[in-house]
Amino acid sequence: MSDTPVIGVLALQGDVREHLIALASADALARPVRRPEELAEVDGLVLPGGESTTMSKLAALFGMLEPLRERIAAGMPVYGTCAGMILLADKIIDPRSGQETLGGIDMIVRRNAFGRQNESFEAAVEVAGIDGGPVEGVFIRAPWVESVGAAAEVIAEHGGHIVAVRQQNALATSFHPELTGDHRLHAYFTEMVRAAG
Amino acid sequence: MSTLPSTPQSADNPATGTARVKRGMAEQLKGGVIMDVVNAEQAKIAEDAGAVAVMALERVPADIRKDGGVARMSDPNMIEEIIESVSIPVMAKSRIGHFVEAQVLQSLGVDYIDESEVLTPADEVNHSDKFAFTTPFVCGATNLGEALRRIAEGAAMIRSKGEAGTGNVVEAVRHLRQIKNEIARLRGYDNNELYAAAKELRAPYELVKEVAELGKLPVVLFSAGGVATPADAALMRQLGAEGVFVGSGIFKSGDPAKRAAAIVKATTFYDDPKIIADASRNLGEAMVGINCDTLPETERYANRGW
Repeated sequence: MSDTPVIGVLALQGDVREHLIALASADALARPVRRPEELAEVDGLVLPGGESTTMSKLAALFGMLEPLRERIAAGMPVYGTCAGMILLADKIIDPRSGQETLGGIDMIVRRNAFGRQNESFEAAVEVAGIDGGPVEGVFIRAPWVESVGAAAEVIAEHGGHIVAVRQQNALATSFHPELTGDHRLHAYFTEMVRAAG
Repeated sequence: MSTLPSTPQSADNPATGTARVKRGMAEQLKGGVIMDVVNAEQAKIAEDAGAVAVMALERVPADIRKDGGVARMSDPNMIEEIIESVSIPVMAKSRIGHFVEAQVLQSLGVDYIDESEVLTPADEVNHSDKFAFTTPFVCGATNLGEALRRIAEGAAMIRSKGEAGTGNVVEAVRHLRQIKNEIARLRGYDNNELYAAAKELRAPYELVKEVAELGKLPVVLFSAGGVATPADAALMRQLGAEGVFVGSGIFKSGDPAKRAAAIVKATTFYDDPKIIADASRNLGEAMVGINCDTLPETERYANRGW
């Protein structure tokens, strides 16, 4: 891999554009990914915010579930925000019937744990490994992590709940750094992708 | 979206109802389909088909047209049943200017309020002050000036009005093209010209300037009003809509579950004619549809709102 890693954003649904912009500003070559052949060409992948039920249904319909699982299992760096965090959970609480996750992080995630839209909020979040003070946390109908297994490391909490986790090459946050001008987490992930290459 | 100035944040005092949280919610819906539903059963069908949100209302626009009379906010019981039946966001409609209906909807916990021309307007001069709410609002627009006036009042998402309940996409196309053309024109203006443009658009100068710089609205733009087929949805996306609302088109058709899933597929793969073709096969009967030319002026919902 060259110094500029190619990072895909799963573009089935969600705030794909904001992630593409954030990745580009973090010096990655960012591109949308909707098909297995597009997935094969990226060094790392972002699972964006959106509706996790919709994303997992579309992924299943268009033959993306298995290719995604295989690449994540093989160690491709992956970063999920909000809905993306749900997709990376090995187990979720309150899944609608038939909702499938990709898995990848040994954690249990509770959907919409912080409440409905009226409870959506912004708050400063300290993230271990991110220098320069807390990041701007934008939480929208956000999930939280109920518990993590031994391999997963909790890197941020808010209000006593786990909101960011890293397990080797997989990263997940309950909040949406892509909706802010603060792209330190995207730079952090880009560095993960570079290191994995 | 534009990167909004950050509100001062602290870990201990979370801020709700900020512009970023309201607009950011709509960003999560992009690339998706929002479906009108009138009961919990339809809401589940919509969710299973891959809808990103549902719009809870008592009658779909096609029935509102047929029944006539005054169309109002839906029964809170019915909205709550729908909220309880699905995990995806639930939207509901208030009448234009009926801020008490909007207060009620906020108290029920809906995720988005549609201040909608499909219902009978309650105020023929003023829209609701949408900054007064924690719940975000989506509003319809037929042109850029109208979209910016709604954003100035606090709307966090815009949709084309189209002509709801007709199954005819022609007005949605007209409105979306109008908005996109006016944005493109602004892009070519220099600073001197933007003041006059703001006056012409009857919109705040700051918003006009922001759109000229961004080359897009500062909020998410969806299409609504007349989408009935997978190809209609893909058309709206190719014309620049970031997602689609489908009202009567699904549950007034022969096989709602199948049509709903097909429209979802075509909305994601809007630029892949093969997938749209496959999605369009054997869908059964589409809603009958109304020719917009034969609609009397008084029955054109798009004329409501100012």
